[in-house]
Amino acid sequence: MGNLPSILTPDFGLMFWMLLSFLVVFLVLAFFAFPTITKAVEERKNFIDDSLKNARLANEKLAGIKAQSDQILKEASEKQARIIQEAMATKEHIIAEARGKAQQEGAQIIEEAQSHIVAEKERVLRDARSQVANLSVQIAEKLLQEKLQSNEEQEKYLERILNNME
Amino acid sequence: MMQQKHTPMNILKKISLVGCFFLAGIGTLTAQHETTPEAKPVDVQEIVFSHLSDAYDWHITTWNGKHISIYLPVIVKHHQGGWEIFSSKRLHEEGHHYNGFYIDENRKGKIYEEGYDDRPWDLSITKDVLQIWINIFILLIIFIPCARWYKKHDITKEAPKGFVGAIETLTMYIHDDVIKSCIGEKHYKPYAPYLLTVFFFLFITNLMGLIPIFPGGANVTGNISITFLLAFITFLLVNIFGSKHYWKEILWPDVPMLIKCPIPLMPVVEIIGIFTKPFALMVRLFANMFGGHTIILSLTCLIFITFGISKEMGTSMTFVSFLMLLFMNCLELLVAFLQAYIFTMLSAIFIGLAHPQHEEN
Repeated sequence: MGNLPSILTPDFGLMFWMLLSFLVVFLVLAFFAFPTITKAVEERKNFIDDSLKNARLANEKLAGIKAQSDQILKEASEKQARIIQEAMATKEHIIAEARGKAQQEGAQIIEEAQSHIVAEKERVLRDARSQVANLSVQIAEKLLQEKLQSNEEQEKYLERILNNME
Repeated sequence: MMQQKHTPMNILKKISLVGCFFLAGIGTLTAQHETTPEAKPVDVQEIVFSHLSDAYDWHITTWNGKHISIYLPVIVKHHQGGWEIFSSKRLHEEGHHYNGFYIDENRKGKIYEEGYDDRPWDLSITKDVLQIWINIFILLIIFIPCARWYKKHDITKEAPKGFVGAIETLTMYIHDDVIKSCIGEKHYKPYAPYLLTVFFFLFITNLMGLIPIFPGGANVTGNISITFLLAFITFLLVNIFGSKHYWKEILWPDVPMLIKCPIPLMPVVEIIGIFTKPFALMVRLFANMFGGHTIILSLTCLIFITFGISKEMGTSMTFVSFLMLLFMNCLELLVAFLQAYIFTMLSAIFIGLAHPQHEEN
């Protein structure tokens, strides 16, 4: 030890002061400096992590809301289209029905009129025939001044005459 | 090649060239001054060790043959009892003796008491102690305002910028990448303040040691007392707070029975290991810082040695020496950080080894 340089021999005084000074600076820094810094950084880190998480959640929520509103819009437009389609179908149906009914009624009216016309014509003809027969009988009575013996024979006779006159 | 741009390398080259010429001129002047009175040979070893050793005064420069020094208080205890406090200036004037105390240059320049062969109790505020206090002062004026910043600001609203930001980055780098990862997530917390203090103390001290004049320049981390003390604290922390798994791995490690039972070979190796780990810590830091300082001082001395041989050789050697000094100082800047980092990291690893995690999982 004797011939070693002084920096290689531990010196009590220097070690004493070094220990004291180091303890002081350690205590000061350990209580007032390092925990403050590391804690602040940790808190900031947690805060940033939380903020990021919240932002992600908010984004997800927003995306959900958007999808929901899109869904609602889509449903509404589908409903609208369906209602319009139904209305159109109903309209066409009603028109077609009305037209069919009208045609049917018209045809019925025409048919009825025609049958009415035929019946009327026959009635008129029948009336005319009986009038003509009566007139003829009266004319013949007057002409002959005599009464035919049987009505049946008279009628048959008159019919024959009328048929010949036509 | 003709179109040389102003790249950083080129600018650096130009600056260093100009610097070389400038320094060569100064070197010539001072060397002439030194060599003219009497051509005594330059004792490199003496110069280097006197610069690196602790001292009772802080020698700043020598001007016209007069020493300009800061004289520091000497605190010693008489062998008969009773403490004595006086300025170390008393020991440098009028016969170099004061109240029976004197500096014995043959015995490492320490204070001895007349008539006694052993050292008295000596708690003097030496150059290294003052340097430690300056460094501690710097540490405190760096960290206390930084810590206050966090108290004054809402940390959820803003992050520090500038100097506080830089200190925060460095602190968190050491805290997360060195301490937390070396000790382990579970146990690092109680040790973090100690290791951070060690790192910043060593870093500041190493850097201050590189400054050649007064507020810095004392070789603190290149003194075995300092590294011994720090390594010893780490040694205590490792072995006092070591878990029972740590002791089990030392006394009864998981190795084949043959090498631990009849002759406790592995336990002996492990017990030696308890002491070699902090010893390596102590020697590594000491040797690195001491070596760096020695090289820088030797390169400086080289200028004066070669001027002693011839003026031309001295001038040309000044160039070489300047370039090498520039390189060495840059390297030492790196070493200053690196050694503080390594000391902290190894301490953290040793503490981590005392808390094996795989056993608990």
